[in-house]
Amino acid sequence: MHIPDGFIDAPVSLAAGAVAAAGVAVCLRGARRTLDEASAPLAGLVAVFVFAGQMINFPVGAGTSGHLMGAALAVILVGPYAGALSVAVVLLVQALLFADGGLTALGLNTVNMALIPALVAWPVFRLVVRGVGTARSTVAAAAWLAGVLSVAGAAAGFAVEFAMGGAAPVDPAAVATAMIGIHVVIGAVEGIITAIVVGAVAAVRPDLVAGLRGLRRPAVPVREAVPA
Amino acid sequence: MSRRLTTDMSGGVQRGVALLLIAGLVLSVVLAAGVSFYASSSPDGLETVAADQGFADTAEDSALADSPFADYGVSGVGQQRWSVALAGLAGAGVTGVLGFLLFRVLAARSDRPTPRAAAEAPGAGGAGDGAGGNDPSGPGPADLG
Repeated sequence: MHIPDGFIDAPVSLAAGAVAAAGVAVCLRGARRTLDEASAPLAGLVAVFVFAGQMINFPVGAGTSGHLMGAALAVILVGPYAGALSVAVVLLVQALLFADGGLTALGLNTVNMALIPALVAWPVFRLVVRGVGTARSTVAAAAWLAGVLSVAGAAAGFAVEFAMGGAAPVDPAAVATAMIGIHVVIGAVEGIITAIVVGAVAAVRPDLVAGLRGLRRPAVPVREAVPA
Repeated sequence: MSRRLTTDMSGGVQRGVALLLIAGLVLSVVLAAGVSFYASSSPDGLETVAADQGFADTAEDSALADSPFADYGVSGVGQQRWSVALAGLAGAGVTGVLGFLLFRVLAARSDRPTPRAAAEAPGAGGAGDGAGGNDPSGPGPADLG
């Protein structure tokens, strides 16, 4: 979903750049508040994994492919601030090193693929696990839903930007319908990957999963929950 | 129990994280440098929509389109397999260095006490900030051992 240069006009690209900068600033402050010695390297790993995952385009039928966006798994594992930042780092490397995503579109891409998905995936996951519980199947379902909706949210972000500043005289409603439609399909796969990754980490080190913090007291033996 | 490592002293906790990190990094390198060769080259969702809706031709090349790693290949490496593998390795490496440095700096400047700082100075001034209501991940006392 990397927007190249040219799709969106300069004013909207600039405005998105300002929104992206403000959002990244908020995330830097938030991450400074929430990261510690154990979670910081995990956030670094998440960035590397998201970069790797984004290289693997999978076919979704009709001659179209999709790839992991990664924001949902990032925010569930390391929290909304560090999660959004880790995707932003990936987008920066992709634009500067691989010419993937336009330079003038870096703000648009950061808003769509780092900030919006973080704003969607974190509350979705927290609401589900808080409301339904932290059983393995619930965590998987919550992660899947967060993955689907995060990608749909990113597609909706593009649709809004295209409506505001699309360079071509094309019906924005048709673009919005097509974008969200195809990205719900891609998002379904994103959700599966998100559920597998979150499930794997939660099985080994549930304490490291930011999205499960403050919820798992019944599953934690008392002697571990009370520090010496 | 899956939480056995956390019952150790902090050395055990760190070992658990280290194992997870190593496994994750190995998997990432395998994906970026190996599996990526088999990735679908079909247009992605946005490219398909742009073609279907008729605005694909408004795309312009990035100013960096001629850079040595552009489009996930290494210019001068003829064999596609090695070209993608090297690009993936380089990208994962650069992302890793940037990411680990950034998050390390952020964690070092954290307002909340690190497990080690808290152990050395229990009840020190920073503890109140770390447990603040805005902190979505909580202070994580289970890690203190």
